[in-house]
Amino acid sequence: MAFRKPLVNTKIEATPVNIVTGIILVVGLILTAARFFGGLGTVTNLDNNNPWGIWIGFDLLCGVALAAGGYVTSAACYIFGLKRFHSAVRPAILTAFLGYALVVFALNYDVGRPWRLPYPIFFSPGTSSLLFEVGLCVFLYLNVLFIEFTPAALEWLGLGKIRNFVVKLTLVLTIFGVVLSTLHQSSLGALFLIAPSKLHPLWYSGYLPVYFFVSSIFAGMSMVIFEGSLAHRYLHDKMDDTHLSESDGVVIGFSKAASFVMMAYLGIKLVGLAIDNNWHYLFTGWGMWFLLELVGFVALPGFMYAVAARDKNVKLARIASVFAVLGVALNRLNISLIAFNWHLPSAQRYFPSWMEIATSIFIVTLGITVYRFITNHMPILFEYPEYKQEH
Amino acid sequence: MAITRRKFLGWVGSAAAGSAMLAGTSAHGASNREFKGYPESFGVLHDTTKCIGCRKCEQACNEVNHMPAPQETFDDLKVLEVERRTTAVTHTVVNKFGKNRGTALSHGTDALSKGLHADKENGVPVPVGLEANREIFVKKQCNHCLEPACASACFVKAFNKDKSGAVTYDASLCVGCRYCMIACPFNIPTYEYDEPLTPRVMKCTMCLPRINEGKLPGCVEICPREALLFGERDELIRQARMRIQKYPDQYVDHIYGEHEMGGTSWLYLSSVPFSEIGMREDLGTHSAPELTSGALSAVPMVVGLWPVLLTGVYAISKRKDKIAEEEKVEAVAMTKSDAEKQKSEELSKLKEKMTKEKDTAVKNAVKKALDDAAKAAEEAKKAAAEAENADEPASGEDK
Repeated sequence: MAFRKPLVNTKIEATPVNIVTGIILVVGLILTAARFFGGLGTVTNLDNNNPWGIWIGFDLLCGVALAAGGYVTSAACYIFGLKRFHSAVRPAILTAFLGYALVVFALNYDVGRPWRLPYPIFFSPGTSSLLFEVGLCVFLYLNVLFIEFTPAALEWLGLGKIRNFVVKLTLVLTIFGVVLSTLHQSSLGALFLIAPSKLHPLWYSGYLPVYFFVSSIFAGMSMVIFEGSLAHRYLHDKMDDTHLSESDGVVIGFSKAASFVMMAYLGIKLVGLAIDNNWHYLFTGWGMWFLLELVGFVALPGFMYAVAARDKNVKLARIASVFAVLGVALNRLNISLIAFNWHLPSAQRYFPSWMEIATSIFIVTLGITVYRFITNHMPILFEYPEYKQEH
Repeated sequence: MAITRRKFLGWVGSAAAGSAMLAGTSAHGASNREFKGYPESFGVLHDTTKCIGCRKCEQACNEVNHMPAPQETFDDLKVLEVERRTTAVTHTVVNKFGKNRGTALSHGTDALSKGLHADKENGVPVPVGLEANREIFVKKQCNHCLEPACASACFVKAFNKDKSGAVTYDASLCVGCRYCMIACPFNIPTYEYDEPLTPRVMKCTMCLPRINEGKLPGCVEICPREALLFGERDELIRQARMRIQKYPDQYVDHIYGEHEMGGTSWLYLSSVPFSEIGMREDLGTHSAPELTSGALSAVPMVVGLWPVLLTGVYAISKRKDKIAEEEKVEAVAMTKSDAEKQKSEELSKLKEKMTKEKDTAVKNAVKKALDDAAKAAEEAKKAAAEAENADEPASGEDK
């Protein structure tokens, strides 16, 4: 067998990470084919009682919540004037942009006729639907994030003039981003307002939109901390001195803020329990599960954040961020899948098929791969010297 | 639409109706308007006490909608042993409830709502004369809500509440997001999960095409026991009330669908509490749009106020920065000028001191010189005096 010359000059080394990535991507492509040739029934365990599975519960709901770091960080830096978080803005914007892009990408798998996804915005808007609001805001916000991300790409491409123009839009884009995020983060919770008869009373509340918005704030901060710790381990050589010197401050600053927001969140969750007088449910099995989410994955990381901020303990803050991220994911899965249709007999309940899970892993892997490419090539974790003294 | 509508009115024989009607509606979000259904819209009254579970309606529905024939024929009543729901190829199903089928009463939604609403159920007297092992059959299909959750939830307006009462679905708009299925409190819409590229949401159409032709819905037409009654919804409610009044021991005093989820075009009568025949009694009387109107009404407020608030926060932080900067500059300037002043003061002091010292030194020097001079003069004088003294006796002798 003759050796062929590689088609692309950039060599992809056969490291374990690259091999696993390759396998996941191949499996993902096969499943993609299965989905678009066989239909949802071939790959998913969805049925008429359970129309939404992990492609909505995880890919969409968790994806959007965990991509909240973009608006939180840019708002902290550009609106609230906390300039010391500046070096955290670009990685957060990149994660948010990739997160939202993947949410939209994943939706193409889930909806029946993906080429009609522009219909609600351009053709037949159903304005009475919360999903319309979600769709419109996600569409607009994806554009905002794209523009916010472009300076890094334009610097990389050496297009300084356009880049300088885009940078002038920063404040307007940031405000627009916060407005849109407020709307769609909360609307994702409000999606379930229409189904009080299906969602367990402990999770159903008139405050669902508020809960989703407030939890997205600490989800975003936790994600910035969590992602930062991963980046420090694997992309340390890409970070410049500014990034390295500021990063501990970002972790501690966000820890402090997140602990406050999480305590407030706990408070309003209790208000929700009290207003609907749902206390008695706490003593059921569902109540235990609810308390696990609230105590184990909100109160505990919130407390850890507080201690970490007081002691300037970066390591503790990073551990707390893992709990907080898992907690937000658990909350979204509870509302969309686990406590949804809770009254159905267990035989009629939904559990994802391995192909659904593999597709979700495929999509996340895709995101990580693109993230790796971009952080390896573009000025995300470092700055080009010619743009350095601007802020 | 106008023509079919006219045709239809002709059939009912009430030509006067048309004028009052407004254009086709879509579900409205945030408002306080109350929608009590289109006047003279149609519905079906399902009297479950009359249903014998023959599945003829299922058959008619299957044929009218050109569905594929099922594996078991419609004569096969064994399928009734398991509780069923609508599927993509079955717009309606009949379910059997009763003491014979303990499973139906002890699992699923009714078991739940029984647990949750024990008081409600205890308040409803069980009708006299109901045999312990009597079977009750209930037909299930789209209830054609007055304010449909599916239409309110649809983000492309694929669902529409027709003036006839039917909730229609337009597959040419549908994206296939299945939010309607999440939203429907009756778990009615179904989805063609095996269609790779053109899946539709499937549900009962109330046979709108047949109604427009002046025919009855397929299920109503075929029912051999008049368990299904088609007519104007208002009239059906009157009819149902009459039946309850006339035979109080045969019915529970409740017309299911009159107010559930804001009211439905299909209405039900039953001899036992509805929760015992698989129908949830905990749905409440709020329509679906009412559930979401609050959240929707918050949207314009966020859009209107957030930018102002955020710009304000920005302005404050910016101004703080500016003031801090100014103060810094001022402080630096002040320190500088202070330092200069101090320096010049010190310098002048030093100068003064030095001048003083110099003066003193000069003075001292002068003094010393003078002293010296004085001393010298003195000495000279002394010496002179001495010299004179030495001369004087001689001179005195001379005198």
